[in-house]
Amino acid sequence: MVEVKDIFKRFDDKEVLKGISAVFVPGKINCTIGKSGSGKTVLLKTIVGLENPTKGSVFYDDREFTGSKTKFKKEIRREIGMVFQGGALFDSMTVLENTIFPLDMFTEMKTEEKIERAVVSLKRVGLENVEQKYPSELSGGMQKRAAIARAIVNNPKYLFCDEPNSGLDPITAGKIDELIKDIVEEFKMTTIINTHDMNSVFDIADKIIFIHNGYKFWEGGRDEIINADNEELQIFMKPFLSFKHKN
Amino acid sequence: MIKKILDIFYNFGKYFIFLKRVVSKPEKAKPYFSQIIKEFDKIGLNSIGIVLIVSIFMGAVITLQTAINFINPIVPRTLIGYGARDMMILEFSSTMVSLILSGKVGSNIASELGTMRITQQIDALEIMGVNSAGYLVLPKIIATLVFFPILYVLSVIIGIFGGWLVAYFFDAVNVSVFTAGLKMSFIPFYITYSFIKILIFGFIICTLSAFQGYYVEGGSVEVGKASTRAVVYSSIFILMFNVILTQLLLT
Ligand SMILES: Nc1ncnc2c1ncn2[C@@H]1O[C@H](COP(=O)(O)OP(=O)(O)OP(=O)(O)O)[C@@H](O)[C@H]1O
Ligand SMILES: [Mg+2]
Repeated sequence: MVEVKDIFKRFDDKEVLKGISAVFVPGKINCTIGKSGSGKTVLLKTIVGLENPTKGSVFYDDREFTGSKTKFKKEIRREIGMVFQGGALFDSMTVLENTIFPLDMFTEMKTEEKIERAVVSLKRVGLENVEQKYPSELSGGMQKRAAIARAIVNNPKYLFCDEPNSGLDPITAGKIDELIKDIVEEFKMTTIINTHDMNSVFDIADKIIFIHNGYKFWEGGRDEIINADNEELQIFMKPFLSFKHKN
Repeated sequence: MIKKILDIFYNFGKYFIFLKRVVSKPEKAKPYFSQIIKEFDKIGLNSIGIVLIVSIFMGAVITLQTAINFINPIVPRTLIGYGARDMMILEFSSTMVSLILSGKVGSNIASELGTMRITQQIDALEIMGVNSAGYLVLPKIIATLVFFPILYVLSVIIGIFGGWLVAYFFDAVNVSVFTAGLKMSFIPFYITYSFIKILIFGFIICTLSAFQGYYVEGGSVEVGKASTRAVVYSSIFILMFNVILTQLLLT
């Protein structure tokens, strides 16, 4: 279980998060939604410790992460896999080297063992015969897949994805959603996904947290959201719903 | 105005904190090692070409200029070779080569790190438990400190060779007079002095450029600006330190 308690985050004179508390369901997909600039990325960065909250704390299975020692943070990060908004694959490394990297840093495995693990992970996301290619030689969808392979190679307990299907065509985006859903069902990772794509939310979210203006405006399940009694949330979903009706 | 001055102090502080992170003990040696090999290639081997080209032409033109302008009969013609040699050893191969490399190596480092920052590759490293500043910058510093002295020596040799070519092919100066000049009163400390200079200049280029790139915020436009700043600041600090070091070491 990942839990955030009363998180505030301020940049200079701009308060981006204004007291967010939430519990992310263990072993399931939790989607954070909200319009662009609402603070989804900042919240996720605070959860993994790339940003320090101005106030508040983050807990991983009741272990307090915020403000803990670097060494302890590293212990927890060993259990985290993260897919960044643009993939964030290392340009100077091949796909295989990218996928091996977390094993290099976190484990004492032999090289052959690491390669084997990486290849299995790449297969799992549907990438074969691209091990020796560089990220720039892959399509956007393949880069996202490689980023997911790198995130899951060390069997993380927690998986975080920042807009995993942004910048992809709807069909490829749907495939990535499908892939994440399958992986989470298989490995039971506590997963947080940032998205503003309501299609993904309806397809894969077990729990939804709606952020608006730095506050948590609504939370609930996939079935409750359509009838949610929250004006801002309805406004946020409206373009999507009217589009759905037309089709 | 006051804000500007405070900004300068703030950035100096930030720079030294950055340096402290860069030199802190690596969590694992092996990944650093393979980075160093890559940097040898990027920073060292890739710079040999430009250093050779610039040095051979500068050696040639320095010799030519001295030969053309030393027309006073009481000045011995051997001074041409002597002057060309010491000019290469003292200033050109250390200071000028560093300025040229700040344009090549410095802008390269800044744009590489800046791009890694804006595409979140640096965040990804941090998530994987890596001290990104150390992992990315320390290998560059090591490669610079190893390779800059080598580039310096190459530049001196090729520069003098360029001068010799002028003596050989043109009549501005006689070859034997030129080589006699090259052998005149050689001061070994000049070499030590230049090694000290080039090591310090290399460190300035590497760390200042890395600092500019590492803290980029925004998009590709900011990466471009950081890369320009890297070259400008490294050049200014090289020229400043050149005066300081010359005063300290040679007077
Ligand atoms: N390092 C920073 N310094 C200053 N302001 C920042 C910083 N990072 C984010 N912000 C501000 O915080 C706000 C929230 O940004 P954030 O990236 O979290 O939005 P988001 O919900 O992820 O949007 P998107 O869907 O476009 O990714 C924005 O207004 C942004 O300008
Ligand atoms: Mg975002």
